Amino acid sequence: MTDKDQTIVTAGGHGRFPWSHVIGYIFSLVLTLVALLMVINHVASGGMLLFVILLLATIQIFIQLFFFMHITEKHGPAYHIITLAVALFFTFAIIAGSLWIMTFTQLSS
Amino acid sequence: MGGVKQFLSHFFVTGPFEIGGDVSIGLVSLAILFVLTRYKLWGWLWRNWLTSVDHKKIGIMYMLAALLMLFRGGVDALMIRTQLALPNSQFLGAEHYDQIFTTHGTIMILFMAMPFIFAMMNIVVPLQLGARDVAFPYLNAISFWLFFFGAMLLNISFVIGGSPDAGWVNYPPLAELQFSPGPGDNFYLLSILISGIGSVATGINFLVTILKMRAPGMSLMKMPMFSWAVFATCIDIIFAFPALTIALGLEFADRILGAHFFTLNGGGNPMMYVNLFWMWGHPEVYIVILPAFGIYSEVVATFSRKRLFGYTAMVTSLLLIAIASYFVWLHHFFTMGAGADVNTFFAIASMFIAIPTGVKIFNWLFTMFRGRIRMTIPMMWVIAFIPNFVIGGSTGVMLAAAPADYQYHNSYFLVAHFHQVLIGGVVYGMLAGMYYWWPKMFGFILEERFAKWGFWLFNIGFYVCFMPQYPLGLMGMTRRMYTYPAGLGWSSLNMISTVGAFVMGIGFIFIVLNIVSSIRHPVKDTTGDPWDARTLEWSLPSPAPHYNFARIPVIDSRDQWWEMKQKGMTKPDDSTPLAPIHMPKNSGKPFIMGVLFFIAGFGFVFNWYVLAGLGLLGVVITLFARSFDYDTDYYIPVDEVKHSEAAFGRS
Ligand code: HEM
Ligand SMILES: [Cu+2]
Repeated sequence: MTDKDQTIVTAGGHGRFPWSHVIGYIFSLVLTLVALLMVINHVASGGMLLFVILLLATIQIFIQLFFFMHITEKHGPAYHIITLAVALFFTFAIIAGSLWIMTFTQLSS
Repeated sequence: MGGVKQFLSHFFVTGPFEIGGDVSIGLVSLAILFVLTRYKLWGWLWRNWLTSVDHKKIGIMYMLAALLMLFRGGVDALMIRTQLALPNSQFLGAEHYDQIFTTHGTIMILFMAMPFIFAMMNIVVPLQLGARDVAFPYLNAISFWLFFFGAMLLNISFVIGGSPDAGWVNYPPLAELQFSPGPGDNFYLLSILISGIGSVATGINFLVTILKMRAPGMSLMKMPMFSWAVFATCIDIIFAFPALTIALGLEFADRILGAHFFTLNGGGNPMMYVNLFWMWGHPEVYIVILPAFGIYSEVVATFSRKRLFGYTAMVTSLLLIAIASYFVWLHHFFTMGAGADVNTFFAIASMFIAIPTGVKIFNWLFTMFRGRIRMTIPMMWVIAFIPNFVIGGSTGVMLAAAPADYQYHNSYFLVAHFHQVLIGGVVYGMLAGMYYWWPKMFGFILEERFAKWGFWLFNIGFYVCFMPQYPLGLMGMTRRMYTYPAGLGWSSLNMISTVGAFVMGIGFIFIVLNIVSSIRHPVKDTTGDPWDARTLEWSLPSPAPHYNFARIPVIDSRDQWWEMKQKGMTKPDDSTPLAPIHMPKNSGKPFIMGVLFFIAGFGFVFNWYVLAGLGLLGVVITLFARSFDYDTDYYIPVDEVKHSEAAFGRS
């Protein structure tokens, strides 16, 4: 570990204007608004709506990864990959688990 | 005029307990104001504490807040037990009773256990790693103030607006507007949403600290066990807290924006809330127990004068527990009726967690085996924890048997289970940590006489209070009932339980007396290593200087300080020249941001959107102001470091 790692990380890097953050932020807002408006205005049937929302959500995940989390930067320690894998694993488990748990509400209604 | 009067009588809750609360809050605030003004301490308070970004000071503030909340939650508990001591009691009344068990649970988990673990993490982790602060000191201060003002928001609900009363889990539909009108439930939502932001930030902060700021030579497998435990905790915090934020955020939308995520009409599904809540709720119980496991590991090794038995197994089981705790959440609602296949999966997953937990218990026992054990106060808490956790873990496995849980669920059996693991596991662990690291925080040791009284009273009181609740549960007494008729055979067990609760209360008073008397007659820790301990924090003087390490140590073994002492060293190597030390500057903005979040939260609670908007606007402005702050850090010159090291008798 170098000496640089030991100094305390503080804000105040004077870099260029963070365009990618601003663009990513706007994209995220737009995607969220589109989803909301589609539901409020009932633009499609239930199944279709669900599909489109899931699609928008997936796109948003990628926006987070590319615009905020520097996924394209190749160098970096191995735990970057591990963390990402763990996160995906948990996300999958949580969504699949919830769907599985909640199926009974369909059966009973 | 009448309108104002009516408003005020709604705004300020009136009743004997609330007026008592008003009076005591008023008196305490006046006393604090008086002392601060009389002794001209405002500037000192602001410069040394409120604006501090020093992890040790933030840790101490977390600890004080946690002890205060332990007191408040404890008073709630005594009121609950007083109400239940006799059948048909009218001491509290149903409405009050509901409010008190709700605030008791919420405070104890979110505003006592959480800050207590954050206290220990803050105070210890950078010192153990050989770092000068956490990775993001400024963010750390923000976390603290968000926690603090979130906790304040919940606490004022008792006297202003009315307390939440839908339980600490706040299930809809009961918690929805239709059944819980008024501001009470909003206090619950806003206070946890605000402090939750701080908790996630703390998780990220310590994960980065552990991954990036270890002293040179300290590979992960040379890291002290407490830091490993914090690492596992951080994984849980980062991945579990978002689920809580979503659950409460959607409930907030239901209550404040008129949405229908969890309502019964309008297409909502309350069961989804239950699902999301426990997706956080179960990892949360491990978030609070894992740091305690870490503390037990440190204390046991130090006071057995042996290295920790089974280091690798300990690390593996920590990580296994952290991961597995995501796959068991449904065991909190087996009875919802998701079906046999779902219940079976989650039952088996839950029972699996008992295996790594058992491994850890055996490792602690083997560490003690043939060690030269010293019965100090921290060690006494550790030894008392073990039987507690064995019973609590076993009843946990009983609860995890899904068909049997239909009998135990929401009975006093469950109440006894989780108090056994939360008090016997988390609170004992935090107290052990407090006694153990106290000299490192303040430079003096807590005296033993009152500490022993406190220990024995608390411990005996614990068993007297909670053992009767297992049979009570099996006899059919359900949780959250405010009274019960005579003649069910519950009366004497309930009375015994109440007596035990008061014995614990007296034990707590002794612990406070212990602290007070030690402050008045301090036994100074002059060496910095009063326990003859093993890890790096004990190589520093007590209390540690604000830059922690004058020179960053180079690590070559797990129990670094112990190994150095074996080589005959009495202080860290000081032959290399000193260099200026890079440190973060204090800042008032985290505190101000906390106040603004409080204002916004308060506005939302009462649906005063202008106030809420102003508060949020203030938060955004503070964020902007910080972005343009370029003067955030400084160097301590070598001369100053020399000077302060010399004051500790070092060079
Ligand atoms: C061997 C490990 C454990 C197992 C198998 C286990 C199992 C369970 C089960 C099945 C329940 C739900 C019972 C019901 O609602 O009917 C439960 C509740 C609970 N457990 Fe555990 N548990 C374990 C360890 C712990 C630990 C270490 C803690 C905390 C430090 C904890 C805290 C709680 C709490 C707070 C609740 C009740 C929450 C509520 O409904 O208000 N448990 N446990
Ligand atoms: Cu659980």
